[in-house]
Amino acid sequence: MIGFLTLLEKEFLRFWKVAFQTVAAPVLTALLYLLIFGHVLDDHVQVHGVRYTSFLIPGLVMMQVLQNAFANSSSSLIQAKITGSIVFVLLPPIPYSAFFAAYVLAAVLRGMMVGLGVLLATVWFVDLKIVAPLWIMAFAMLGGGLFGALGMIAGIWSEKFDQLASFQNFLIMPLTMLSGVFYSIYTLPAFWQGVSHYNPVFYMIDGFRYGFFGVSDVAPETSLLVVVACFAVVSWGTLSLLKRGWKLRA
Amino acid sequence: MLPAVSIVDVVKRFGTLQALAGVSLDIGQGEFFGLLGPNGAGKTTLISSLAGLVRPDSGTIQVMGHDVIRDFREARRLLGVVPQELVFDPFFNVRETLRIQSGYFGIRKNDDWIDEILANLDLTGKADVNMRRLSGGMKRRVLVAQALVHKPPVIVLDEPTAGVDVELRQGLWQFIRRLNGEGHTIILTTHYLEEAEALCNRIALMKQGRVVALDTTANLMAAHPGASLEEVFVRTLQS
Repeated sequence: MIGFLTLLEKEFLRFWKVAFQTVAAPVLTALLYLLIFGHVLDDHVQVHGVRYTSFLIPGLVMMQVLQNAFANSSSSLIQAKITGSIVFVLLPPIPYSAFFAAYVLAAVLRGMMVGLGVLLATVWFVDLKIVAPLWIMAFAMLGGGLFGALGMIAGIWSEKFDQLASFQNFLIMPLTMLSGVFYSIYTLPAFWQGVSHYNPVFYMIDGFRYGFFGVSDVAPETSLLVVVACFAVVSWGTLSLLKRGWKLRA
Repeated sequence: MLPAVSIVDVVKRFGTLQALAGVSLDIGQGEFFGLLGPNGAGKTTLISSLAGLVRPDSGTIQVMGHDVIRDFREARRLLGVVPQELVFDPFFNVRETLRIQSGYFGIRKNDDWIDEILANLDLTGKADVNMRRLSGGMKRRVLVAQALVHKPPVIVLDEPTAGVDVELRQGLWQFIRRLNGEGHTIILTTHYLEEAEALCNRIALMKQGRVVALDTTANLMAAHPGASLEEVFVRTLQS
């Protein structure tokens, strides 16, 4: 247990010591998205009877939760692999399950801190209500956990920073940007609505947004089921790789 | 008495390269053991297998009777490894690094022992300095300190004095000798053969993934009267 807690603390400190880059910068990015899209569209667009800026904020919060959870575990692992300092966590008697839990929890923590930062920075622009806080917490934690685990896979798989960047640019970014952060999928043509239902991030954003407005594109129970299933599959995959020592132990 | 390390018929291939071709040897508790050989002989692969960083294709390795694969938690708890590469985590200072490493081994509130290690490795003045700001020699000392935070009975030093100045080398060996005197088993790989000759009770010479000589330092030297360990080393490898 002490090994797990120490690894968790180390992973927390790793991003907290550079919080300007790992927490403040993504908050600023989200704020800029809100200012630009909100300014252009707020007078013209309503979604589910909600003003566009209000609709956008939960999407931006969740997008940053997911992207930063992924960034945390993936960057930590690839840095440790490239510098060789990964040996410090491979030599001690830390079970692979504790290894997994520490990295994923630290990723969730960073995601939640950035998400909270985005919420606090943007909430002044609109009258945002919270209808179902438990749904908000559930989707933020599960989404952060899922992307933290995906970050672990990417960090372990990548041998160079550009491989990690391609994982991030060609998988994570499209999945998050095309998930309904900026729009309701019912504004899309039927074909793309159907495609969106195969994107698990859509369910995370939609369920998260339900917690604020009490309305969503699909029932939050369905979204929760999809997210839990995806989290279980990715976690199982990550744990299997760690157990085998894939790309970590020769 | 159980051997500190027992290696039985360990084989490891990396693609077409046979890194270890059936290595067997026992290292007794309290020994100061030298593992020597030219580059590519398999020393680091053997040490990495012992540390659980490399998984052998076949054979078994035990630390104080604990299998490094099946009973890895206990085996790793008994082992302290100083890696060959000069690696460090740039986010932390020296004391934080050592506290974190203690925690990984399940030890909280280890500051008394950390202070003792820092003093013995002449690092007390650098305790609050970030790892990035240390010289190569200082970083090497921190690596040694990290391997010792959990007071392991078996300490593996993989070329610990590479690129280290004479003063530190002497201080380091004084400290390691003291640990050996207190009962810690020391396994050393080094290219400085005079160090091995002066420190090790027993030596294994490796070549192309095999142990080609294994004896006490005195016997190895006696077999080649008047020769230095370097000459013994060269003659053995050539034969």
